[in-house]
Amino acid sequence: MAVPLEHVIALSGLLFAIGAAGALARRNLIVILMSIELMLNAVNLALVGFSRQWGDVAGQIFVLMVIVVAAAEVTVGLGIVIALFRNRETVDVEDASLLRW
Amino acid sequence: MSAAAVFFYAFAALAVAGGLGMVLNVRNTVAGAMSLVLTMVALGGVYVLLEAYLVGVLQILVYAGAIVVLFLFVVMLLNLRGEAFGPERQGFAKVLGVAVVAVLLAEFVWLLPGAFGAPATPPEGFGGYRAVGLALFTDWLLAFEVTSLLLLAAMVGAVVLAKRSIE
Repeated sequence: MAVPLEHVIALSGLLFAIGAAGALARRNLIVILMSIELMLNAVNLALVGFSRQWGDVAGQIFVLMVIVVAAAEVTVGLGIVIALFRNRETVDVEDASLLRW
Repeated sequence: MSAAAVFFYAFAALAVAGGLGMVLNVRNTVAGAMSLVLTMVALGGVYVLLEAYLVGVLQILVYAGAIVVLFLFVVMLLNLRGEAFGPERQGFAKVLGVAVVAVLLAEFVWLLPGAFGAPATPPEGFGGYRAVGLALFTDWLLAFEVTSLLLLAAMVGAVVLAKRSIE
């Protein structure tokens, strides 16, 4: 392994933090979905790093599962975005607060 | 520093730059999606450096090739303009976002140094299509089959949601 696992996990944590901040602070629904993708990728990176650390390929199987879940999530999420835009002419989450409280 | 380590830190810098570019770009959603492509490709390179060759290829094919294209299609389809968005979300959510980042960073600085020992020596062919395929179709066969159900459900859900009217 070229670099210590600590550095891989630090990169993973940094990317997850960026994604979390984006998902919490942005209003554009599409950017929020992209931030969620970034968080899933950070988790994938941690899984690949641990898989390499212990020489066990199971971590990479988990990554494949996460990729499938991410693809499913983004498909349904973008379907919701299109339905929302058709009904409200907006992709701003502040305008889609019908179920909030 | 070995060549692989140089490449790792270069890819890491690209990935972080792409992530920041996506989150901080409030004007142009298409540019944000392209920043996400940069992050995905850089992470594919990191996976190859970590000897997860098949996952690296799938990362580029599925994320950079399919998922981001889906995002771009929707952005184009909706024809969004930068002025359509008001000021960014204020108050509670912004404070919460910064707090999450700060707590995570503090935990990493505190916990990470020296947390892991030396890496194990991986078996022959580790991370290639043969090793991953054998594990996927023997030990994890049930999980693999269940993902097909998940994809079917997502496909039906997307069609129902995006369809104009359901007879």
